[in-house]
Amino acid sequence: MGFLLGGLYALIALGLSMVFGVMRLINLAHGDLVVLGSYMAYALMTLLGLDPVVGLVISVPVMCVLGFAIQKYLMGRAFGISSEGPLIIAFGISLVIQNANQIMWTPLSRALNTPYAQASFRLGERQFPVAYLLDFIAGVVVMLVLRAFLTRTYLGRAITAASQDKKAAQLMGINTGRVYGFAFAIAMASAAVAGVFLGMTFPFTPTSGISFLTIAFGTVIIGGLGSMAGTFLGGIILGIFQTLGGYFFGPAFQMLIVYVIVLVILAIRPQGLFGR
Amino acid sequence: MSGEVLLTIRDIDVFHGTFQALWQVSIEVKRGEMLALIGANTSGKTTLLDTISGLLHPGKGSITYEERDIGRLDPYRIVELGITQVPEGRRIFPDMTVLDNLLMGSYSGKARHKRVENLGKVYELFPRLEERKKQIAKTLSGGEQQMLAIGRGLMADPKLMLIDEMSLGLAPIVVDEIFRALARVRERGITILFVEQNVRRSLQEADRAYILETGRVVLGGSAAALREEDHVKRAYFGVETCT
Repeated sequence: MGFLLGGLYALIALGLSMVFGVMRLINLAHGDLVVLGSYMAYALMTLLGLDPVVGLVISVPVMCVLGFAIQKYLMGRAFGISSEGPLIIAFGISLVIQNANQIMWTPLSRALNTPYAQASFRLGERQFPVAYLLDFIAGVVVMLVLRAFLTRTYLGRAITAASQDKKAAQLMGINTGRVYGFAFAIAMASAAVAGVFLGMTFPFTPTSGISFLTIAFGTVIIGGLGSMAGTFLGGIILGIFQTLGGYFFGPAFQMLIVYVIVLVILAIRPQGLFGR
Repeated sequence: MSGEVLLTIRDIDVFHGTFQALWQVSIEVKRGEMLALIGANTSGKTTLLDTISGLLHPGKGSITYEERDIGRLDPYRIVELGITQVPEGRRIFPDMTVLDNLLMGSYSGKARHKRVENLGKVYELFPRLEERKKQIAKTLSGGEQQMLAIGRGLMADPKLMLIDEMSLGLAPIVVDEIFRALARVRERGITILFVEQNVRRSLQEADRAYILETGRVVLGGSAAALREEDHVKRAYFGVETCT
């Protein structure tokens, strides 16, 4: 069960990992961007009757454009001033999204209820929610797509180059501002996808973003920042330990063991299990 | 030597934050020549190359390239105009293959169309890069990494190539090989501006040279004349500490 849920954690963390890997920015707004993705899907579902997964056809492009704009008009300018600037802007974006969601959707908890996600399937003796299986599949798919994009396409390689050595990338004629824009847009698109699967698995409120940011941090610290496959494995490990923690110490302590593990990994292998 | 001026730098001041690294520096690069910048560490040579490349912008003064002011352009625009830099420490992309590194060199629009042609030229110049094209770049030897860095620079299809401290940490025999390659690059009509610690070697290889000291140009002229200059003999040959 934790194994499958790990796919969702990986899905949430991939965008955080990507932005950090490329821009060296800890995007404090990432959890809220994921929740924004959930609300977008919720809006499309209640207003247009679109299935949340089908709704991605609309929300992914919207989030991409939004991501490009945030990088170009906010982050890009702040990077020119200081290295703390973008961090504060990310925090600001987080507050704006939370409050906008409060105003539009009230603080009540919502969920993306679909018949298929609420169904369950049997594996041996135990019942599993189908949503968890979908989370895992989505995590694998998004991870593989991002990896293929970064290693196989020219733009993806430029993003990788800029993350390995910014100065060298600039000297190659790579417009790093534009590359950052793409990286942020892609991270936002992955947040839109994560938001959908999150909403089909758990109920969410406008302030849920914080707890998912924390989970994303844990995932990325275990897996290693910037590496897509590492982040994915980090999510799986986090999911497994969360379930084990819940089993041995009770549900109230299930995240405790996860964060103990995060601390241990930070102490003995700060670059993450699979980091460079 | 046609003598036509390709790049003119006039009276530039360049700052790193509040620290002034260059003071009223003026140099000229002529089309087709091999020009050396000589000076000790921290004399401002790298700063000057980075300013030409657009990584830094002059506080005062102008940079003119092919009759156009480029002092305020972003680095990627400078590369598009045909100025490429092979940076100090090679700065190859360590986790990419040799081939991918070379392909990144032709990122800018114009060079992209001539990618296949230029890749052939680079392999002709450094056959070892073709043998190792699938290898991860960081596993190459120092000399091969320098060849890769130069090859990657050539992929941008430059008119002017800036090369920073290319012989640093390399065996003399490898340095010879790279200088021979540069002579062939020049035969293709590419102008070269290089920075070197080894003054004797620089003045042998270059047509002309400028000497930088603490951020100022103190001397400039033909390499042959500079070799006979008293100041050079005293400061660089008499007590030469680094080779």
